[in-house]
Amino acid sequence: MTLANLWFILIGLLFAIFLFLEGFDFGVGMSTRFLAKDFDERLALMTSIGPHWDGNETWLVTAGGAMFASLPLMYASLFSGYYIVLLLVLVGLILRGVSFEFVKHAETKTGKNIWMWTFFLGSFLAPFLLCLMLLSMVQGIPMNANGDAFPKFFDVVNLLSVVGGVAGTLLSLVHGLNFIRLRVEGPLRERARKLNQILYPILFAGEVVFAVLVFFQTDFFTKRFGSSLVITLLIVLFSLLGYYGVLKDREGWSFAGSGLSLSMVIVLLFNGLFPRVMIATNPAHSILIKDAANSQYTLTIMTIVAGILVPIVAIYFIWSYTLFTKRINPKENTVKY
Amino acid sequence: MLDIGLSIVSLARFQFAMTTVFHFFFVPFSIGMGVLVAVMETIYAVKKDKVYLDMAKFWGKIFLLSFAVGIVTGIIQEFQFGMNWSEYSRFMGDVFGAPLAIEALLAFFIESVFIGIWMFTWDRFKPGVHAFMIWMTAIGTMLSAIWILAANSFMQHPTGFKINNTTGRIQLTDFGAVISNPQLWRVFPHVILAAILTAGTVIAGMSAWGLMRKKKDENHFFKTSLRFGLWTSLIFAILSAGAGDFQTQQMLKDQPMKFAATEGIYKDTKDPAPWTVVELINAKDKTTSHEVEIPTVLSILTYHKTSGAVKGMDTINKELHAKYDKQFGKDMNYYVPPKTLFWSFRVMTGIDLLIMLVAFFGVIWSRKKKDTIENKKWFMVIVGLTLWVPFIGNSAGWFITEFGRFPWIVYGLFTIADAVSPTSTVGTLLFSNIVYFLLFTLLGGVMIWYSRQTLHHGPYYEMEDSKQNVDPFAKEAFVK
Repeated sequence: MTLANLWFILIGLLFAIFLFLEGFDFGVGMSTRFLAKDFDERLALMTSIGPHWDGNETWLVTAGGAMFASLPLMYASLFSGYYIVLLLVLVGLILRGVSFEFVKHAETKTGKNIWMWTFFLGSFLAPFLLCLMLLSMVQGIPMNANGDAFPKFFDVVNLLSVVGGVAGTLLSLVHGLNFIRLRVEGPLRERARKLNQILYPILFAGEVVFAVLVFFQTDFFTKRFGSSLVITLLIVLFSLLGYYGVLKDREGWSFAGSGLSLSMVIVLLFNGLFPRVMIATNPAHSILIKDAANSQYTLTIMTIVAGILVPIVAIYFIWSYTLFTKRINPKENTVKY
Repeated sequence: MLDIGLSIVSLARFQFAMTTVFHFFFVPFSIGMGVLVAVMETIYAVKKDKVYLDMAKFWGKIFLLSFAVGIVTGIIQEFQFGMNWSEYSRFMGDVFGAPLAIEALLAFFIESVFIGIWMFTWDRFKPGVHAFMIWMTAIGTMLSAIWILAANSFMQHPTGFKINNTTGRIQLTDFGAVISNPQLWRVFPHVILAAILTAGTVIAGMSAWGLMRKKKDENHFFKTSLRFGLWTSLIFAILSAGAGDFQTQQMLKDQPMKFAATEGIYKDTKDPAPWTVVELINAKDKTTSHEVEIPTVLSILTYHKTSGAVKGMDTINKELHAKYDKQFGKDMNYYVPPKTLFWSFRVMTGIDLLIMLVAFFGVIWSRKKKDTIENKKWFMVIVGLTLWVPFIGNSAGWFITEFGRFPWIVYGLFTIADAVSPTSTVGTLLFSNIVYFLLFTLLGGVMIWYSRQTLHHGPYYEMEDSKQNVDPFAKEAFVK
């Protein structure tokens, strides 16, 4: 195992953790329209992720930073190639991020509604576009010898990327609803379970279409058939686990299931990418991990730093979650939020 | 082709300037507010004087508003190195990515996790423990400043690297040299002290407006806040001026062109060097006129003694040509934008002096228990207006740092023109410039509006209408 490969895996892991965590944030944000019926309920939903969303988003920032620090050629090609998509992701994340704070200060009904809508729209836009980008990128895009990517409109928006975007968004919503079942009490919680009873069958259909399209539109199954198959089955299996938790009213199982499903999507993509970081339409222009990686010296330093810091972060990160376990009741929620 | 090439670079530069300047309105303010709110809460924890709890809560609200805008605009910064400056990212990845990743791992996680805890646990922890949470956040923000400045300092003064012969890219050879870069440890104090200065000035200014309303129940609160803010401004205005001088010594060594431009000197000065207070600069002909000079002062400012000439830009330009022509060709223009630097420096130092002066008189006049300062309405208005100026000063400071690096993105190694993404087009850049501009106008406007509204309501305001509108820090859902 070279250090470069290790960092490729680590970046995948960081993205997977990000999607597990911010996935339910996004889902909770979407639920403010699909589940909540009035402002009190929306506020309760927002409160449930209030202490956590910023920490969750930091995993994305860390994944981006780690990519820059270990595979800068991937960072440069991916981020410059998907300029407009990432710009819109940023707009989504920004509107969503400020809404937590701004909605507290809004005093008129219109003001409150505006920030609740930006919260919803940002929560919807960001996962959709991120999944769209990832599923577009793994199909192979036009690139030159310098590694510059020039994806055209239909390279970015096509059947697989849109299905992937929708499936990722739907899975985030399902995951968010499972989180709500864990953190909220009263009718909201029961409604979340009922909604998931409807959403899971749709999700399974989506996952099947997704798997078929991945089979035909990417080279994952020709390059590494066994692992791709196993991971695809795991995505479905974890979703089934989540569905089981919905039927048996076991929210812990549901939450773990939907989160792991989301993470497995990233695992599938990174497994298929390997040993490449960018896939070009002309295979000669694809970028390999070993060519994209930083020097051995830098990677060694980063490995040491990450080896020390990540466990420490994990400890206080998890600890912060243990502080907020009391279920929130929309009728008694006095947080001005 | 050249035309389009130029406008891509200028659009990308404009966007970078716009996003960083906007981001940097909120960053120093948030860093400073974090520290000051932590100090307030600590005073409360020690002295049990309730007004300091009220202060921590009230100024905490303003802190959270600016923090929110600060973090969301920060994500843009991380993304846009890759989005707009992909050639730069390729060239600098080996050096630049590491501090960014460490910043996220070491600083952003501390900040984001502990601020989440702090916001929601006012009634849950003892004051000392709760103050610990905001201290962690404040420390996180300062750690973050170290790492981003480590990355920037490398761009100003590269250390601990070599150029890889096969790839032509920078390769890190000594990580220790990157963190111990003298540039970093001379910039960092200046930035942190200016950040606390910014927060102190805003607290003093907003308190002045609050005090002018003459509401009996709020008087003690705003008077205490006012003195807290004024003392902070006074102390940190002096300290950051000192830190600025400390930093200048390094600039003189590493980037003499930047220094000569901040003083608007084309020809070498006489010995001892006079200091030009103001002058008109003709950047085209490289001449100056209408100088107002004070003899010897520049020698004192520069060398801390009454003798010594200062090199002018013409001489330095020749030196740079001699040094870099082999690598970059004879056509390079090494003159940095002299007007921008000259006036930025005067604006920055002028603002520091202004704050010092206002804070000095403010501290004196607010001393007595009887209402002395409240009766000087004109002075209260001045204190109130002064809250805006540190933001201008901070931007001017960054203008000097960043424009003074011209024409390089990495000093002496890589030019700005080479750094831009080859995938960029005028169309996409125009689009993103417009989107960011609209977004920033919205965020900045709303942030100011809500801060003003918070001040207008004062520290003891409670909304009556519905239960979600009670005091944000009262009993909340997690505690019961």
